[in-house]
Amino acid sequence: MKLRPLGVFAVFYLLFLYAPILLLPLFAFNDGTVIAFPLRGFTFDWFAELARIPALHEATLNSLIIACSVAVLATCLGLFAARAATRYAFPFKAGIMGFIMLPLVLPEVIVAISLLVVLMQLGIETSIFTIILGHTLLCMPFAIAILQGSFSGLDRSLEEAAVDLGETRMGAFRLVILPLVAPGIVASLLICFIISLDEFIIAFFLSGNEPTLPVYLWGQLRFPARLPVVMALGTILVALSVVLLIVADGFRRRGLRRAGQETSGGFL
Amino acid sequence: MGQGLTREARQGLITLSPALVFALLLLAVPLFTIILFSFWTQNFLTIDRTFTLTNYAEALTDPLYRALMMRSLRISASVTAVTVILAFPIAYYISFYVRPERKALWLFLITIPFWTSYLIRIFLWRVILAYDGPINGTLVELGIIEEPLSFILYNANAVVITLAHAFAPFAILPIFVSLEKIDRSLLEAAKDLGESAAMTFMRVTLPLAMPGVLAAVLIVFIPTVGDYVTPRLVGGSGGTMIANMIYVQSFDLSIRPRGATLAVVAMLSVTITLAWAILHVRFWVHLNDRVGGGAAGLALAGAAAVVDIGVLWWLWHNGEAWFGPAGSLGVMAAIMAGGAIAIAVFLPKGRWGI
Repeated sequence: MKLRPLGVFAVFYLLFLYAPILLLPLFAFNDGTVIAFPLRGFTFDWFAELARIPALHEATLNSLIIACSVAVLATCLGLFAARAATRYAFPFKAGIMGFIMLPLVLPEVIVAISLLVVLMQLGIETSIFTIILGHTLLCMPFAIAILQGSFSGLDRSLEEAAVDLGETRMGAFRLVILPLVAPGIVASLLICFIISLDEFIIAFFLSGNEPTLPVYLWGQLRFPARLPVVMALGTILVALSVVLLIVADGFRRRGLRRAGQETSGGFL
Repeated sequence: MGQGLTREARQGLITLSPALVFALLLLAVPLFTIILFSFWTQNFLTIDRTFTLTNYAEALTDPLYRALMMRSLRISASVTAVTVILAFPIAYYISFYVRPERKALWLFLITIPFWTSYLIRIFLWRVILAYDGPINGTLVELGIIEEPLSFILYNANAVVITLAHAFAPFAILPIFVSLEKIDRSLLEAAKDLGESAAMTFMRVTLPLAMPGVLAAVLIVFIPTVGDYVTPRLVGGSGGTMIANMIYVQSFDLSIRPRGATLAVVAMLSVTITLAWAILHVRFWVHLNDRVGGGAAGLALAGAAAVVDIGVLWWLWHNGEAWFGPAGSLGVMAAIMAGGAIAIAVFLPKGRWGI
């Protein structure tokens, strides 16, 4: 293969993108309390230390409860929206969909502060529940984007055939459409789970005294002595995200393939 | 509803309603509430609900808020420029040189870091850019520099580097999509008609990719203005941005109307800046086309850009001495609105979809 300047640039760019997550495990396994070079020796101590912090376990449990609820809620809401956007034409469609997708570009601080102000006005204490609501708002656009991908490839005549053969609309949706978009649903669940697990700002504003993992991490960043443990925790989180992401992408592609094959099959 | 809608529209809206109602309750209502809040004041812990503009007067004239807002816009503009300029060659490489069956893999590789813990990534940049970090260590080791560089951490530069890293995929994906849409036979036609590779790029590829570039600018510029974590972790005192002040006002000082006002002002500033920039780019492109492009066109468009930006820059820094604090903003607003409206009315939508 010929070495192109652009190719060299691409490799350096990937290095730039991966620099932080490649350095992370170096410090997590480093037998020194200072996060700097040169590295000292290899150790598992920091990971073992993680098992001995009760506050961390509480935060992890909070985060898991939130991430699971958000994944289910955002994907359910996303299913409705993606179905409506791909199947039906209705007035102001672009505007309404744009509004629902708005959290994708809105600065998170704005979303967080406005949610907080409303909760305060209503006298609702911030808690796990309020974080779930905030995260669902944030994840819904991602769910919609993924699900729209799997819905848009579907051949409408499949559903019409089911209805012609005597199924109700709901029945046709459940028996024909849902199985076809199932991989997209799994991908959406996983992506929403990852986003919620990593999200900081909204959790920070809305957590009250029930911190999530990132909020706990943020508190620890102030103490230099805690940093190696933070690096170990970060390594686990990054590894988890990457594994879930690879699984999610596999499902997403399978979903697209499934939908794509059905449509091309329908043509032939 | 119901009468005027077709059966299909009704069904569509009913299907959409759970998501729409959720977004209305958790997005529209809260945004509306902070706008309301920005017109109220607070005495200790009680909210005074008489309509007043004092919050805005304070937010727009207090030198601290003004400096933070301006710095946030400047940092975001730098981040946008760096991110888009670095992203373009990558998107170009993937679209034009990577084999079709491997494109998905490349895109996946580029998005992976984006999905990993945001806090951890930013904290690692603090380690990388540190005085005794790997960058300084390597440069000193290689004898390129004698003393470690100190201008790359705890200032605005560090914020720009770190945010450019965090938002890379947001810039690459839209540019890639617009490059993929380019009909390759157009490039062949340019070549057959005798254009050089460089001129083909400048006159065919780049203009056709501009919608993607503009989308990238929007997607990077809007959220970075409100970033909180990066300035806190790597910005030091010289890199503090408006989001940090919003947090301080809302939590540390517990003055929520002021926090709400700053949030509204931040949103308005972003919207106004982008609207102004998009309309003026239309104007500059129009000037360039009027004189037939080429070096003369570029020079004219560049000169117009320098004048347009220079006038606002001068007003922002010296206007107060001439027109007073409120007056200078009024003059700026009048000039910006006047120019933008004139462009919107008199110049037709031009190239690049703007």
